[in-house]
This record gives sequence, structure tokens and C-alpha cells, in this order.
Amino acid sequence: MATIQERISQLCPSATFEEGENLLVNVPDGDWHALAKNLKEDSELNYDLLSAVVGMDWKDSLGCIYYFTRTSDWSMLTVKVATTDRENPMLHSISDLWGVANFQEREVYDFYGIKFINHPDMRRMFLRNDWVGFPLRKDYDANPELNPIRLNDEINEDDTYSIVEKEDGSLVKEDKKIFGADEYVVNIGPQHPSTHGVMRFRTSVDGEYVKKVDVVSGYIHRGIEKLCEGYTYPQTLHFPDRMDYMSAHQNRHCLCMCIEKALGIEVPRRAQVIRVMMDELMRISSHLLSYGCTTMDMGATTAFFYGFREREMVLDIFEKTCGARMSMHYNVIGGVVKDLHPDFVKDVKALCAIMPERLKEYHKLYTGNIIAQKRMKGVGVLDKESAINYCVTGPSGRASGFSCDCRKKHPYSIYSELDFEEVVDKDAHGDSFTRYLLRLKEIEQSVKILEQLVDNIPDGDICAKVPKIVKLPVGRWYQQVEASRGIFGVYIESDGDKKPYRMHFQSPCFNLVGVMDKCCVGYMIADLITIGATLDFVIPDIDR
Amino acid sequence: MKYEDFKDNEYIEQLVAELNASGTNVVVGKLDDLINWGRANSLWPLCFGTSCCAIEFMCLGAARYDMARFGFEVARNSPRQADYIMVQGTIVHRMAPVLRRLYEQLAEPKYVIACGGCAVSGGPFKDSYCVLPGVDKILPVDVYIPGCPPRPEAMFYGLMQLQRKIKVEKFFGGANRQEKIKKFFEEHPEMKGTM
Repeated sequence: MATIQERISQLCPSATFEEGENLLVNVPDGDWHALAKNLKEDSELNYDLLSAVVGMDWKDSLGCIYYFTRTSDWSMLTVKVATTDRENPMLHSISDLWGVANFQEREVYDFYGIKFINHPDMRRMFLRNDWVGFPLRKDYDANPELNPIRLNDEINEDDTYSIVEKEDGSLVKEDKKIFGADEYVVNIGPQHPSTHGVMRFRTSVDGEYVKKVDVVSGYIHRGIEKLCEGYTYPQTLHFPDRMDYMSAHQNRHCLCMCIEKALGIEVPRRAQVIRVMMDELMRISSHLLSYGCTTMDMGATTAFFYGFREREMVLDIFEKTCGARMSMHYNVIGGVVKDLHPDFVKDVKALCAIMPERLKEYHKLYTGNIIAQKRMKGVGVLDKESAINYCVTGPSGRASGFSCDCRKKHPYSIYSELDFEEVVDKDAHGDSFTRYLLRLKEIEQSVKILEQLVDNIPDGDICAKVPKIVKLPVGRWYQQVEASRGIFGVYIESDGDKKPYRMHFQSPCFNLVGVMDKCCVGYMIADLITIGATLDFVIPDIDR
Repeated sequence: MKYEDFKDNEYIEQLVAELNASGTNVVVGKLDDLINWGRANSLWPLCFGTSCCAIEFMCLGAARYDMARFGFEVARNSPRQADYIMVQGTIVHRMAPVLRRLYEQLAEPKYVIACGGCAVSGGPFKDSYCVLPGVDKILPVDVYIPGCPPRPEAMFYGLMQLQRKIKVEKFFGGANRQEKIKKFFEEHPEMKGTM
């Protein structure tokens, strides 16, 4: 079998290669779509998962970095596509091959103004449609007079366009409407208690049945990626805590690992163990919140109180050691910021002892309930192929039978030494009920990990020696972890300065909301709430 | 609650002094006290959580902190049924008109609590291109609760400050806050014409 590099140069002779963390393929835009098709469909390449799309501004050119993963052996490949045209930059879209690229490319368009040829819907993703300029470009004019606080509604939010390539190679701009004139559109959000934050769905309905869901995002877009470019590396660390605040430890762990990888820092064993324990505690707290919210969305307020009762135990553990209930800021580059509280071991043991009983109680209280079963079983089905195509990872992906646990596939920290199971639904039901149940099963696995570690916390340093001023060498790094809701990725590109040249966060929830349309169509509008609850997205993680 | 426990708020002391400056009618004053006692102990919030603070607010509603003890538990999802809006989380440019409209839909007398660093001043995202540096740029705020996110106890403290404020108001005259909104527009002329 030819190596990947040989095979790609055979298929696309114009490609050039760079060595790095993964193999990086430089492709001119003209050949990009043909190569992308081969990357997906060629039996030797078969990169079926598009893990990340990172928009880039290299000053002389604009472009994208794509991270592909092959689900057969989880090896990764990086592709770089660029254009030197800054006035009217265009690249070919691959949204017809990978569903996840649809939203990802819209994000790149929003931030960099790169238009994607043959993309079905070139609207802005996060910013108002009357926004002036493209904020992540290096020459963006941040003058507040250009973009004052506008208190009028956005107009023409039904309008979109796509740039279509004709057979003779000419490009035509086609104006489109999101919804037809005869469609009945119900607006849900952004201020709605069951969208779990400020998400907005414009839903076209036929009677009670959903015909189409148009996701309007950006009601909490805080511009974290741009902010990071202005801060030093230790300063950027406080942002991941606030993106998916229910995976604060995992996200921060990821960013720290990415910086440590670039600096070549070895994290002490004690810090590794503490980090993993905190990650798992965070996962338990997140899944408990998810349980509480899912049940409350379906009207079971009592179950919500039960979920929150145990969650408070986890928060107490965090508070004793980290000093805060949320936004813990515990991981730092090289280790953790403070040593464990003397009560930590006792408290974790108490939690581990109590959880199996409490999980039984949850099942007794809610899982067996006939109304709950009727509302969740067979509803919002996401098949495995779509889960891979839309890069739906985490518990939602595993409920569709897609084995995607980053702790097993790309073992980081000390996960390779631990004994735990990846909970995957073998029958690939992919419905709301399986997603709900899978989270409770994951709590059991997290408890199992904690039980293994709680008596084996080694002595030693809690933080490696790190230079006072953190400067990363020139290069690019990508790091993934398994956050509570799926694979969270951090991309850093450095030009050797103490500030990142580009920092991108690949959030799992962004992909989850991308399948809302796919999951909801054909089900009742009341099911949209349960589907959203069981997919369990966190909005600030989507919008960043 | 005892007056001594909360004697630390200069603003309310000043408000009381202003209100008492011209004296009070005995009948209206007693009626005021009664109505305000009722209003202060049945404050219904509008759920408006955009980010992390909303999760802490959920903890406030759960069994451990139990905001029902103070009469805050009837969290409404429609602004028309709520007494105050508790802004929990960052407000960005796209959200600003929505928040403003929700505020306008609240029935008088209405109050605003800016909860958490982001709502107070923009917090850690202050330098961003699309974040409002505090909700007081578009709404008149009554109580600021700092913290990122504030602890549930801090939220209680802020809510109790609002209760105190309501208790010293004159429902017949002072609490109808059209004047206050007029004053806000005088201070922020750029917001005129948006209502």
C-alpha cells in the first residue's frame, strides 16, 4: 500500500507537502474539490470525519486549514487551501461532501469574508447581517462608529445567496430565500427557557410537524478567538472555562496540553492524575445538569431537584480545591495552580459511594416513566452515517453507534492506563431516549475512573517549571480532548511571539446544533424541545 | 430582615432621605408600606440567562439554595408576567435589541438587575468587538451583582437589596418609574428614538 503522501500526489499532482504534527497537504483551490472527493471516497484514503475547519489570515493570503480524521484508525491529515485575493476571496465549498462543513464554512465567511463556491447558504453565522467588516482579519477596522450598538431588528433575515459554478467555469450569484412564501414559520427563541440558552430556531411547520429548522446563532457570540490574539498565552487560559462552562476543566485541560505540546513541557504525574480526576468530576456534574434540564423540559420538575442535589456535591469538591463553584481556572500551563484540599479524597470517595444508589433512584424516578418513554423513544433519530458526516461526537454521537471517545481514540494524559469502557449504543438507535440513557451510563464510567485514582494520587510536584514569559516556537498545533459533550479541539498557530497568531476552538456543540434540522424534520414541534435537550448543547460553546 | 444587617448601602440611605424629605401622608404612607411589603416578597423574575450565570441561577432555584424562601421562585418565561429582569450573562450586539424589547414588554413598575461581570461591565469580554460594556448602556439598572459568576449567596444579597429598594419606594407616586426612564434617556441621548 502506498503511503498517504504518495497516494495524494498521485491523485492530485499539484499538491505539495509539509511535515509537521500531521502531514500537511497544500492544495491550490482549483483542484481542492476533486481532491476532497477523493479524500472521502478513495479506499486508501477514506478520511470520513472532518474534525475542524480553521479560517486563517496569513496577511498575504486568506485561507482555511482542514483537519480530517479517518475513523478506521483515527489518524489525522491536515489540508491547507489559500487564496491571495483579499478583495473578493473565494474557495470551493466541500459542504456537499461533509455536512459539518456547511456551518463551519459559514463561520469562516463570517470571520474572514471568504466566500465558498457552491455553498448552499452564504449567510453570516454569528454577527448581525448588517455588520461592517470581517473581524478576524488582521486588518479589521475596530472603530466602534462603524458598528455601533444597534437597537433595531435585523432586516432581510430571510435572504441568502449562493455562488454557483456553471459548467463552463463561470460564477453566478444566485439570490435565495430560506423559507418559501407559502411556508408557516414559527420563531422559537432567542429568549426561550427550553433552548438551553439564547439559541434561536426558525421553524417551518406543517400543522404540528416540523418541516425545516433554520438555526440562527450568534446571540452570545463574544469574539473569544479574536480576543485571544490580543492576549498572552497564560491570559488566554480563562476563556475555555467560559465557553462550555459545563466542561470547564476539560476545555482548559485541552488548551494547556496544546501549549505544553508546543513548548515540550512534561507535566508531573501528580498534576496529570489531578487533572484527569477533575475532568471526570466535571463530566459527572455536566451529565447531572443535563439530566436535570432534560427532565425539566419535559415537565418533571422533581427530577431536576434530584439531579441538582448530587451536582452540589461535585461543586463543593471544586469549591474546596479550586476556590470557585464555576469558572474554576484550575489548570495552568505545566500543571495545576494549587494543591488538593485535604478533604478532597474523602469527598470524592463519598461521591463515588453515593452515585450508584442515586443513579438507580433517577431511573426509578424518571427513566421508566411511560410519558418519558413515549416522548423520547424513537424520536429525533440520528443515524450513524449522519453522525459521522456531521461530526457529532460525544454522548450524542455514541448514542448513534459512532465510537468516538477521544479518551480511547487519541489517549491523552493518563487515560491509556485507566480501565473504563467507552459507552456506545451497539444497536445505533440514535434516538432521544438512547442519548438520555447514555449520559447516565457515562456517569458510571466516570465514577469507575475516579475510584481507580482516588487512592492512587502520587506525591510530587503539581506544576512543571515553566518559563516566566511563555513564547511558543513558530508552528501550528492541534489538540483534542473528550469534553462532556464531545471532542473539543484547540488549534494554535504561533509566529514565535508571546501572543498567539491564531487560536481556534473547535467546539462539539457547534456540530450538535448543525444536526437539529436533520433530527427534527418529520417530528412534532414539541419534540424539538426534547431533541434539543437530549443533544444537550451549550450555547456559549457554539457561539464562542 | 433587620435594618442593621443591611445598613451598608449608601444609595438606599440617600433614597430614603429624599423620599422622606417632604414628609408622608399617614394613610397613603401606611398603604404604601403594605403594598410594598407585598411587592417586595413576591418578586417574579424573567428568566433571561445567556451564559454561566444562568446555571448558578438554576442552583438558586434548586433545593439547596431555594429562592422560594424569599418569594423569588416564580420564574416567568414571558416578560408580561414578570416584575424584574435579571440579566445573567454577556450581552452582545446581536442580543441588544432583543433585550431591549423584553425590557419594554415588562409591565411597570419594573426593575433590572445586572448579574455577573459581563452584565455589569462586559467582564472578561470587555475588549471584544461585539460585546456591550455593561447592560447599563441600554437599560436603566437598579442592582449590580458582581462576580464571575456570582455565588448564589451573592445573588441573594443582590435580590434582597432590590427588596429593600422596593420597600422604601412610594408606590403612590415614586414607583411609577416613567420619570426614571425619561432621565435615562436624557443621560443617553443616542438611545432616543429607539423606543
